[in-house]
Amino acid sequence: MDWITIISTTVKSAIGVETVLYALAAIGINIHFGYTGLLNFGQAAFMGVAGYGLAVTVTVLNLPFWIGIAVGLIAAVLLALLLGAPTLRLRADYLAIVTIAAAEIVRLVFRSVKFKEVFGGSDGQRGFSDGFYALNPFPEGEYGIGWFTFSHRLLWIMLVGWVLVAISCGIVYLLMRSPWGRVLKAIREDEDAVRSLGKNVFSYKMQSLILGGVIGSLGGFVYGLAYASVQPDVFGTETTFFAYTIVILGGAARVLGPVVGSMIFWVLLVLVNGVLSEAVQAGYIPFMTSIQVGPVRYILVGLGLILLLIFRPQGIFGDKREIAFDVR
Amino acid sequence: MSAETTAANTVSERKAAALAAFKDLARDPGVPKPDPILVVDGVVRRFGGLTAVEVDHVEIQRGSITALIGPNGAGKTTFFNQLTGFDTADAGKWTFNGNNMSGVPAHRVARAGMVRTFQLTKALSRLTVMENMRLGAQHQRGENFWRALVPGSWRAQEDAITEQAEDLLARFKLDAKREDFAGSLSGGQRKLLEMARALMVKPELVMLDEPMAGVNPALTQSLLGHVKDLRDQGMTVLFVEHDMDMVRDISDWVIVMAQGAIIAEGPPDTIMSDSRVIDAYLGAHHDAPLSDSELQEQLHQAEAALEAEIEEETQK
Repeated sequence: MDWITIISTTVKSAIGVETVLYALAAIGINIHFGYTGLLNFGQAAFMGVAGYGLAVTVTVLNLPFWIGIAVGLIAAVLLALLLGAPTLRLRADYLAIVTIAAAEIVRLVFRSVKFKEVFGGSDGQRGFSDGFYALNPFPEGEYGIGWFTFSHRLLWIMLVGWVLVAISCGIVYLLMRSPWGRVLKAIREDEDAVRSLGKNVFSYKMQSLILGGVIGSLGGFVYGLAYASVQPDVFGTETTFFAYTIVILGGAARVLGPVVGSMIFWVLLVLVNGVLSEAVQAGYIPFMTSIQVGPVRYILVGLGLILLLIFRPQGIFGDKREIAFDVR
Repeated sequence: MSAETTAANTVSERKAAALAAFKDLARDPGVPKPDPILVVDGVVRRFGGLTAVEVDHVEIQRGSITALIGPNGAGKTTFFNQLTGFDTADAGKWTFNGNNMSGVPAHRVARAGMVRTFQLTKALSRLTVMENMRLGAQHQRGENFWRALVPGSWRAQEDAITEQAEDLLARFKLDAKREDFAGSLSGGQRKLLEMARALMVKPELVMLDEPMAGVNPALTQSLLGHVKDLRDQGMTVLFVEHDMDMVRDISDWVIVMAQGAIIAEGPPDTIMSDSRVIDAYLGAHHDAPLSDSELQEQLHQAEAALEAEIEEETQK
């Protein structure tokens, strides 16, 4: 077995592009679900409209990179307004239903034949990231020591990604210690109590939905730029559910929970994948083929998460006291 | 010493003033009050075929403690919900301090100075007692998204709010719990916290929905004292309650609801002897003796039941 490969891919995945983009999506979910109690099951759509907003602006409309970013951000805000306006006055479950459906609608529109000219159908769009890599301060080459190396392109997107994660965490940290964050947490506990104290609950829920959606949309940009392409099926529902898994793994309503959760999630996936595929290749596991490794790693990671929920339901950073109360 | 006597004087003055205002009022439902803070006209709420609330006219006297009583299902809580914007009325108008409040959303009602508590206490469990209190304060600069990002812009106000909250917590004897999660408090302590939190809004009218429900008797006295305090500080109190002893003890005026309508009003010491109220609570014929035919009917039923039982035994 090639332990060097297993270890190097695992260590790299701890800070890799996937970790960054899922951390951003999860920070958004953490604002929605962890702090405000909103069940947004359409985070993938926020990432999708951002990624496609950038891609379509640059490739189809031939506009510069920065305008593409602006279009993506505006699209995320509009999506939040569109989803929130009819549902945020209703019970929490309605938002869940509407967001999960809306995310699928967004994905299906992106991959539809009808709009192939604009969104590129199931192949997606590519060739919009040149503007971003033109800003790359690192000269061409490999950076790092021994096996721990990254190409100049990867290094640039990772640097930008981690800066975005840091800024997002900083914003969440500042907000959640402020009276604004207090209103959000109070809404999570009991909307009516907050209303009876003179706060406009609808407005705060909308602000939370927009903020979390915009931070999630940064994950969509990171994906599009790192892979220099966007495909519709990347923004499927499982992306949203991975983000939820990460939030719960790290501990909901904790500033660094989603970041550490994302690191652990991807390290586990890559490690299990590496060990299993090497073991299958070396013939240690005769009853499995290398094609089966992909699904089996999800089974094993899922098992690990179930065990986590049993033995540490508050997540890695959670406070045990908080889940001791019956909130209802 | 002089300060204390003045304080004591104002307290008795407030109670006396409230009682004086009610002195010569008629006992009819909807009787006009000398200085009403809340005036309600023709509020109706229907749930399908059921008319839960149908109040023609009622006024709440400023600076008094008014109790709203009535049997189960009388529509008291629904009426509360309408007035505070938590439920929409099918018809009706009501004014608070002369300002129209019908159709105004709940948070604006609270901002106008009309703050309510809930029958099932709504302590915000996973917030600390102190955070619960701070949430009640109005016009917080830090509740604006952009200013929240600049702690310097709201720190000073937050400190003032904290000070105010500490005073209230001390008054309600919750100061030792200030850093505990509200979810860890007992039922009675949650009631106290909810009331203290409502006071952070600085309301003119405090509406308490069953403040004594689920409170242990030891705490009842202290809660009663706090309700009286509210009036003595110049606030108006309207509360829903079942416990007549408590109503008699603290209220200046009692409004009785039954089947959605207001059926009687009056001072607490005489209201329970009002025939309309007794009828509503116990049924119209509760004290009339049974007639001969009714007695016969009961006898027949008992005999039939006995016979059926004997038959069952013999068949075995």
